Amino acid sequence: MTELNAVAQATIAQAVETPAAAAASSASYETVGQPFLDSGAKMSMRDVDVFYGDKQAIFNVGLDIGQNEVLAMIGPSGCGKSTFLRCLNRMNDTIDICRVTGQLQLEGQNIYDPKLDVVPLRARVGMVFQKPNPFPKSIYDNVAYGPRIHGLVSRRAELDEVVETSLRKASLWEEVKDRLHAPGTGLSGGQQQRLCIARTIAVSPEVILMDEPCSALDPIATAKIEELIAELSENFTIAIVTHSMQQAARVSHRTAYFHLGKLIEVNDTEKVFTNPDHELTEAYITGRFG
Amino acid sequence: MNKPSSHDTGANVENTMSTIDKVNRNLAKRYRKEKTFRAMGIASIAFGLLCLVVLFTDIIGKGHSAFLQTYIKLHVDLSTEMLYIDDPSDPHQIAAADYQGALKEALKERFPEVTDRRQKRNLYGIVSNGAGFQLRQMVEENPALLNTQLDVWVAADDDYDTYYKSRGEGEAYTGRFNEEQISWIEALIADGAVKKRFNTTFFTAGDSREPEQAGIRGAMMGSLFTLLVTLALSFPIGVAAAVYLEEYAPKNRFTDFIEVNINNLAAVPSIIFGLLGLAIFINFMEMPRSVPLVGGFVLTLMTLPTIIISSRAAIQAVPPSIREAAMGIGASKMQVILHHVLPLALPGMLTGTIIGMAQALGETAPLLMIGMVAFIVDIPGGITDPATALPVQIFLWADSPERAFVERTSAAIMVLLGFLILMNTLAVWLRKRLERRW
Ligand SMILES: Nc1ncnc2c1ncn2[C@@H]1O[C@H](COP(=O)(O)OP(=O)(O)OP(=O)(O)O)[C@@H](O)[C@H]1O
Ligand SMILES: [Mg+2]
Repeated sequence: MTELNAVAQATIAQAVETPAAAAASSASYETVGQPFLDSGAKMSMRDVDVFYGDKQAIFNVGLDIGQNEVLAMIGPSGCGKSTFLRCLNRMNDTIDICRVTGQLQLEGQNIYDPKLDVVPLRARVGMVFQKPNPFPKSIYDNVAYGPRIHGLVSRRAELDEVVETSLRKASLWEEVKDRLHAPGTGLSGGQQQRLCIARTIAVSPEVILMDEPCSALDPIATAKIEELIAELSENFTIAIVTHSMQQAARVSHRTAYFHLGKLIEVNDTEKVFTNPDHELTEAYITGRFG
Repeated sequence: MNKPSSHDTGANVENTMSTIDKVNRNLAKRYRKEKTFRAMGIASIAFGLLCLVVLFTDIIGKGHSAFLQTYIKLHVDLSTEMLYIDDPSDPHQIAAADYQGALKEALKERFPEVTDRRQKRNLYGIVSNGAGFQLRQMVEENPALLNTQLDVWVAADDDYDTYYKSRGEGEAYTGRFNEEQISWIEALIADGAVKKRFNTTFFTAGDSREPEQAGIRGAMMGSLFTLLVTLALSFPIGVAAAVYLEEYAPKNRFTDFIEVNINNLAAVPSIIFGLLGLAIFINFMEMPRSVPLVGGFVLTLMTLPTIIISSRAAIQAVPPSIREAAMGIGASKMQVILHHVLPLALPGMLTGTIIGMAQALGETAPLLMIGMVAFIVDIPGGITDPATALPVQIFLWADSPERAFVERTSAAIMVLLGFLILMNTLAVWLRKRLERRW
């Protein structure tokens, strides 16, 4: 035990170098496990570097996300999980100082192509945020907003149907069907988060990005969302950032471990939590740091 | 690891007692300070309220009497020969008839002892020289009154008005009156032929050199038209500028420069804006003087910084999570702004705008520069008619020598304050209505 600890600490010490040294060594590290898929990759990222001004937050990350897969991203706070996730639908564009390089593809299409329009991209790659953020509008209008702005439906009846199916898929329908026109912000935290999920799936995205969707919720609401993620994976590809290792173990197929902006290991979830390949991953999942 | 921590705990136990004692010892002092702090706050609010009460009692005390006007009852003979009318069916003749003469005749009959010419002139001055118009209006509306004799209540001249109003309270204000003048009015009072009525003229007439004929209406309409122009220009321009600066403008030296200058403009004395308006709108663009249109332009320049600054603050206050949510679904920039940012920022923007409007309503200096200080009798009917504004009217009346203008000045201030209170109430109401309840 002490030996392993020492090894882990040595490795951490190695990783916690000066930024310059880290950048210099960024090419040298290699992600262990299976970050790449032979076939059926929905999104594939290669050599991704992300900078906030002069500060590099993501180092040379390569990763595939498979069709209908649930990929969990774990790692200590500040390691760049959110940063990486937000690259996948270009939410980082809103931060002036943020710069992304490398290849990021959605079904073979470069999503950082300067000619690409982010509006349809975000319709295809939706996002659920850490804190529930319903619009200050009614429950109905929250869910109907996406279909409305993208012009997905032409008649009111169709819209009603989309709202209902989305709320059903988010397993919120039974709780709110009698008060669709009540404000969305009047729901409980867990209900609000499911409303946000319903709002995201109402535009039928292909990929859903979730950034710690349960961090503001109690265990019961969390269980509901986890159940929901399992159901959603039948139709959607999901990338989820979480701080709860149990959650990652429960909902995901593959797990990616980030450490100080580097992608250390990607493996099947079961393998990561029972027999990880990298000592840093082991140290993290056994709770020695993070 | 263990040793130091147990040592710490031991030290803590020792310290605990004295810590509590220390806290207790300081507690009384802390509470005392807190009380002083609170008392200071209460004192400043009390001082503010006191000033307000003094101001209001002074203004209302001086101004309330302007809402009443003294009327005198005269027995008038409206025979056609008296009025020099040959043909009672001719409206021109009716309009041009000598009604003031009929009033003079009535006064002569009431006070037959007055024979001296100078005294007679004084006697005729008892009634307002606008009273003839009142009589004419009556006859024009009802020509059947011709060739009858009737009692009419006509407005008293301002000196008699002031005298009658100040009669109750100790020494009456006599001003330039001589003994006889006082005896006439006292005789009329003894007859029951003098009374105070609500002063409708004050609200329906334009300015006049004669206090009893002067009204606030012209200034009110002038202010209204000026403010309409200001609002119609400054709200859209201010909001558009704020949206551009907050949402679209790149952050660079140039936009920093603009920002600093907007903040500076908010502090520029308003008379400078008046000079600017005079130079640009009147001298260069050759627009007419004294019109609400130009007044509105100048006040727009003046209020824009206020509106831009408050609108930007309102936009910044929109939670970023709402923007992210909308962008995460694929809303375009414009949709984020129109659907989410503006509705949430609107109450704040409106509050800023109404504060700007209230400022504009009370502004005098820039209007002086563009000639809205002229003496204008006609009530303006549009934004291109010559007009004056409420604060300018107050300034003009405060400058007039007639005693009766003192109360009218205060009354005009009351009207102005009433408008301000109305606008602020509107602002609060709009905020309440537009602010999301969720
Ligand atoms: N807007 C920003 N500007 C500058 N630096 C940023 C910004 N956002 C994140 N960073 C930096 O990038 C690094 C990665 O941040 P990120 O938010 O991706 O971490 P994270 O893994 O999501 O952490 P957590 O688990 O706490 O959410 C951090 O060092 C952070 O300081
Ligand atoms: Mg994060």
